[in-house]
Amino acid sequence: MFAFLHKYASLMHFYRLSARLAPWLTALTAVLLAGGLVGGLALAPADYQQGDSFRIIYLHVPSAWMSLFVYMCMAGAAFTTLVWRIKLAEIALRESAPLGAAFTFLALVTGSIWGKPMWGTWWVWDARLTSELILLFLYFGIIALDGAIDDRRMGARAAAVLTLIGVVNIPIIHYSVEWWSTLHQGPTVSKFDKPSIDTRMLIPLLVMVVAFTTYYAAALGARMRAGILAYDHKASWVRALVRGRSPEHA
Amino acid sequence: MHEFLAMGGYAAYVWTSYGIGALVLGMMALGARRAERKALDALAEDLAGDDDDPTA
Repeated sequence: MFAFLHKYASLMHFYRLSARLAPWLTALTAVLLAGGLVGGLALAPADYQQGDSFRIIYLHVPSAWMSLFVYMCMAGAAFTTLVWRIKLAEIALRESAPLGAAFTFLALVTGSIWGKPMWGTWWVWDARLTSELILLFLYFGIIALDGAIDDRRMGARAAAVLTLIGVVNIPIIHYSVEWWSTLHQGPTVSKFDKPSIDTRMLIPLLVMVVAFTTYYAAALGARMRAGILAYDHKASWVRALVRGRSPEHA
Repeated sequence: MHEFLAMGGYAAYVWTSYGIGALVLGMMALGARRAERKALDALAEDLAGDDDDPTA
């Protein structure tokens, strides 16, 4: 069991597996994105209260979901970094942070643009919006802290500590619409007993959530492969790989 | 088609959102691609330097 874990935590095995999966992941993401966008923008009926403005949901909810999902992935990587000092986890943590920040930024911006016609304001300092903004600053802080320390492995450990401290913000974001009164609407999707959303609206939304998740996986894969090459640049498998790619060394 | 683009009067909000969304996602993909290519190029250069060095 430990040998198995060790094999798949090895940089070389991850690199090879990830490079092999990459084209499939990209293709799957493209199909899901196309399907989700057609379903959400064209096929879903307009909302009876919000008209067509509700269609921003197909960007807003998936990116907000990803802002939390990426953070939880980073928390897992941070824990693994600190406890087992696995290099692959350090790389996953470091390379996830800019992607998480981008999703968080998109969630905030689309929410703001949606808020203007529906609430009459771009921004309110309520619990949901403020805690999501804090999440964006947390991502920036993790990136900056990692970058400020010259030693790569030390930087990753410092970033891991900050990541784990920031985890307290995640349940606050999630439950903020229930704990405090807010302009932000309550959950519609996670009420599985009685979903308060039309199926033709719900299916494209779920497709977009999956599409954003595979988008993250594809982008993270490429970034991690770059990170692995930098970490393991002296390894013979890396040298063989680079020689195999460039024709003048073939 | 015109009706679709008009988004029931919310065209500015909806299409601005999707424009920014395309921009952000595009930058993520481009950044990832560039990181991978840069790492491979740097290694290739490193390796070429080693091969040229007779003492290596």
